[in-house]
Amino acid sequence: MAVTTEAKLDARRLRADFPIFEQPIHGKPLAYLDSANSSQKPRQVLDTVRDFYETSYANVHRAVYELGLRSDAAFDGAREKARVFVNAETTGEVIFTRNATEGLNLVAYAWGLDNLGPGDLVLVTELEHHSNFVPWQFIAERKGADFAAIPIDSGGELRLEALDELEARGRVRLVACGLVSNSLGTVNPVAELAAWAHERGAIMVVDAAQAAPHRPLNVQALGCDFLAFTGHKMCAPSGIGVLWGRRELLERMSPFELGGEMIRKVTVERTTWNDLPHKFEAGTPPIAQAVGLGAAIDYLTETGLEAIERHEAELTAYAWGRLSEVPGLTLYGPPPDRRAGIVSFNLEGIHPHDVAQIVDSEGVAVRAGHHCNQPLMTRLGINATTRASFYLYTLPEEIDRLVDGLHKARKLFG
Amino acid sequence: MSELDSLYREVILDHYKNPRGHGLIDTPDAEAEGQNPLCGDEVSIAVAFEGDTIADVKFQGRGCAISQAATSMLMDMVKGRTAQEVATMSREELLDEVGIPLTPVRLKCALLGLGVLKLALHKGRGTPLPEEWAGVDELELR
Repeated sequence: MAVTTEAKLDARRLRADFPIFEQPIHGKPLAYLDSANSSQKPRQVLDTVRDFYETSYANVHRAVYELGLRSDAAFDGAREKARVFVNAETTGEVIFTRNATEGLNLVAYAWGLDNLGPGDLVLVTELEHHSNFVPWQFIAERKGADFAAIPIDSGGELRLEALDELEARGRVRLVACGLVSNSLGTVNPVAELAAWAHERGAIMVVDAAQAAPHRPLNVQALGCDFLAFTGHKMCAPSGIGVLWGRRELLERMSPFELGGEMIRKVTVERTTWNDLPHKFEAGTPPIAQAVGLGAAIDYLTETGLEAIERHEAELTAYAWGRLSEVPGLTLYGPPPDRRAGIVSFNLEGIHPHDVAQIVDSEGVAVRAGHHCNQPLMTRLGINATTRASFYLYTLPEEIDRLVDGLHKARKLFG
Repeated sequence: MSELDSLYREVILDHYKNPRGHGLIDTPDAEAEGQNPLCGDEVSIAVAFEGDTIADVKFQGRGCAISQAATSMLMDMVKGRTAQEVATMSREELLDEVGIPLTPVRLKCALLGLGVLKLALHKGRGTPLPEEWAGVDELELR
């Protein structure tokens, strides 16, 4: 592991790397507080992708000419960067996907269809994004397995004491949990859950979509069996994600998508599968997007994931204080010291959609809606929230501008 | 007038805060509900007829100012009309009444109530649905 540096991140300097901030929005500087939805892209990533297309592009793993070799080197190099990024043992365990959703679906289909049946129990949590909820619900139902969600307490944290009761429902085969909640920012005790799952012979699947951009990841320390994340939330292009899985599980699994690249030999009688990770990568992959992900990993690593995490923790504490000053504002989820850089809230009497539209007129971009978290919204007794989320380029004054916008909304609706 | 002031003009905020036709009908002749999965807006509408004419129409809902105000305006607009007239009512008629510039996303908010009402009339009175909704039980505007 890298030596932890206590160096402070200079968000103002990093911001200059992001061309999107050079243009005004509604005549005002852009305050982009929606990075949990998708992050903006630094010049280093954009330049790498353009340079790759301009000098090295060809299809991968099939061209014998010079450009094919360059393309292979860039693509395989990106996979190696992703391996180091999550501390995986081999690149064979690092599967490129379209996004975290595809990675989770891959496990649900390729593992779930062959390993789940009546009497089995699949556990998710009430905090899960639909992408780590619906695939399990669907595959469990198809295989006649039981499906349940680990409940949260009123503070938006998992009630692990409920596991005993849930366990009585069936043989626990799989636990799926996000590392960081996309609505509440809750940081879940994934290592603890993984140990609990393994004691019962179950596997542990981690959705790291909201963690990978913001904090160091280590699949060995988490003790999980699968971990999925997406590039577009971590400075990379959209259309590229990573699924890490334990080799022994991946080797035993059937393929997910079928076609070119993932085969070893095809005859009319039968087809055999390629080695890992190619067995799970049918068809031409998102090549330049993977190269862009490699550049994004370099960018984040050079910036320092510990420094990013600390910067966002400071912003979250600041936002918590400032938002608490707004009359009629309800904040959801755990206190700032137990969450990542995501805050969800509601203003009394004003729908989040209206809040988001009003603050947009001030150049402040926030998300409004259920955030693909309908079971969580139901649990909280609401149908939507306004969500502000922070990243390495976020400045405290952008939170001030959000708060000003909220006062404006209250005045307008007053 | 700024873009924002025109979007949240007085009449919209008035309908949002004091919705017309808000509530339940004890024994409705037709009802339906719908939602906008994008933002979680929900509207349910109940209708009571006298002969062919809409004698009473009420809505309940949770949602943004645009969706709730537009539905409130709709309640005023359709009372006294026949099911057939409302089934063929154009969206422009409602949008003229709402009278604000709407982006494609907010357009769906404004039209949620009209869609739910047409669905209720279809279920209760067999009026035709817009082609693209054939076979729906619960409206979801995507």
